Amino acid sequence: MTATTTSATPVAVPKRRLRDRLPVVHQLRQSVGLQRGMLVAGLIITGLFILTAIFAPLLAPYGFAQLRGDDGAFGSQQPPSAEHLFGTTVGGYDVFSRVIWGAQTALLVIIVAVIASIIAGVLLGLVSGYFGGWFDRVLVVVCDAIYAFPSLLLAIALSIMISGGQSSLWGGILAAALSITVVFIPQYFRVIRAETVRIKAEAYVESAKVLGASNGRIMFRHVLRNATRTLPLIFTLNSSEAILTLAGLGFLGFGIEPTAAAEWGYDLNKALSDVTSGIWWTSLYPGLAIVLAVLGITLVGESLNDLADPRLRGRRRVAQAAGEVAETSVVPGGTLTAGPGGLDGLENGESFDEHGIEVKR
Amino acid sequence: MRALLIIPTVFILVTVVFIVMRATGDPITAKLGDKLPPAQLAEAIHNAGYDRPWIVQYVEYLGQIFTGNFGTTGDNRPVVEILVTYGTATLELAFYALLVAFIVGIPLGMVAAYVRDRWGDAVLRVFAILCYATPVFFAGMLLKLVFSVWLGVLPVAGRASTGSELEMQFLPFTTGIYTIDAILTGDPAVLGDVLRHAVLPAIALGLLTAGVFLRLVRTNVIGTLSTDYVDAARSRGVAERRLVTKHAYRPALIPIVTVIGLQIALLLGGAVLTETTFEWKGLGFMLAEFLKARDFAAVQGIVAMLAVIVALTNFVVDIIAALIDPRVRY
Repeated sequence: MTATTTSATPVAVPKRRLRDRLPVVHQLRQSVGLQRGMLVAGLIITGLFILTAIFAPLLAPYGFAQLRGDDGAFGSQQPPSAEHLFGTTVGGYDVFSRVIWGAQTALLVIIVAVIASIIAGVLLGLVSGYFGGWFDRVLVVVCDAIYAFPSLLLAIALSIMISGGQSSLWGGILAAALSITVVFIPQYFRVIRAETVRIKAEAYVESAKVLGASNGRIMFRHVLRNATRTLPLIFTLNSSEAILTLAGLGFLGFGIEPTAAAEWGYDLNKALSDVTSGIWWTSLYPGLAIVLAVLGITLVGESLNDLADPRLRGRRRVAQAAGEVAETSVVPGGTLTAGPGGLDGLENGESFDEHGIEVKR
Repeated sequence: MRALLIIPTVFILVTVVFIVMRATGDPITAKLGDKLPPAQLAEAIHNAGYDRPWIVQYVEYLGQIFTGNFGTTGDNRPVVEILVTYGTATLELAFYALLVAFIVGIPLGMVAAYVRDRWGDAVLRVFAILCYATPVFFAGMLLKLVFSVWLGVLPVAGRASTGSELEMQFLPFTTGIYTIDAILTGDPAVLGDVLRHAVLPAIALGLLTAGVFLRLVRTNVIGTLSTDYVDAARSRGVAERRLVTKHAYRPALIPIVTVIGLQIALLLGGAVLTETTFEWKGLGFMLAEFLKARDFAAVQGIVAMLAVIVALTNFVVDIIAALIDPRVRY
């Protein structure tokens, strides 16, 4: 929607440059000190993870299902050497190559799972929050029930349903991703619904109604655009949880077949018996890969969370940083001008009780 | 009034499990589909009643759940029996894990709040994220590698050594909770053995939750530190350290009680993986065994049962939270 139609401030608001409006770039500029360090570290690790996933075919010396090189079979449980940087597994695969290829599998699962749950969760949340009524009430109870359920157990039940436990590359990725999707939908649903209920009462929604805009137009143009501010945060937290759930499924034997794709959890499952005989390389490297990937993404998510919460932002330079609070709600002539009072836009419509738990008014 | 939500919650969870269960096809095809000729298979399905309309099966299923019948395993043991036999082991593990989480998470969270925005804080926060980022089975395998294989100071797996288990079997009655049974034998060697077996699994599972507690305590103590009554204490000259340990931490503990309810879900999920890693013969270990054996009827029975347990625990935790915090009233 256009921001300048009924501007209350006569002074022309300079349009912010694109690079300042991109979600992560903006927060990076806003952050200071240690917080910036954590955000940068997270971004670097996450970047490495994504690059590894994309360029896996170039980086990995062998294929993920390759058992023999030019001079015969790799051999089973070989310690790390020049030929096999991280050694070989009990099944005779090259650990280094499978760790690299595993990044690709993990990234694919994240993409499918998060996109599917965002679409479903956002749609349900919008419709439910906007129209209300019995449909809304039923959905809220259902989502609360699913939210309280151990996600790994739900994912197990769903992956039995989707793939019967056996999996090819895409079958396995889809089964894992969709199992994770169902677990995540309630989170997006809750957030978007809460925001929708809040925004629905705003004056600009009223005016759009008076002007005769259709429900669909109001939902997608007026409400949705203003309800998405917390999505990047849940997105990062869910991505890391997706990796952990995938690994958990793989560890319990619901992994993707080793000939179809490399998956860290599956490799750890096969390495379980190696540990007892002191063979460390088969478990250490896939495990570290999981830890690093999750650590990177979580660092980014935590930093975004802190920067969105004025109480957790670095206290020493809050005053300086306060001038650059994110554009959160696009109210014409109002909080769009993020001046010294810009915090108003962020805290508008919510407050914190004594325990720091966010309370929606 | 929120308490009444327990009824629809349990109902929905059980329905979800039922839908998932039947969408898979019937348990008999899943188990014997490739072993029996089609005619015999159809007969077995008919005998078990899986060819009736799903609504009839659903009503029957609800009736069974209501009377505490969660179905049978492939070898015709009732699922409830599995709970009774192996549930105590999981309970014991969860107790020790929560203990580790409290001992590690709460003090470190207070330290992090005290040194906030300084290096110590950053280190502690990265530690908290690492606790969350490390899958319990990987943490378990590392602990095993270091303490059991390389240093050789702690046992590799299991709940007790064979000798101790034998000794405990001679008790007039057993609780299934090995720590209590070991005390009942009156033999300190048995108790030591049982406790030594619990150390690594408890740390592996406990650290997962410790990270959550650390973050929660830190955020809440920082939040309380800016309230009026803490400001008042500060203006009277109370030292910052004392503010954290005496004034700010108590109200910050209340959200923890609430969060424990959600942690039960996380703990149960983690217990499945921890028990598999350490061959700790509890519910999670059995669940993984049934998964491996493709005994999906048993798996879904256990999952439905755990769903009910989680819902009930949340309910109890809500009540406890209301009792502790006078401002929460239903």
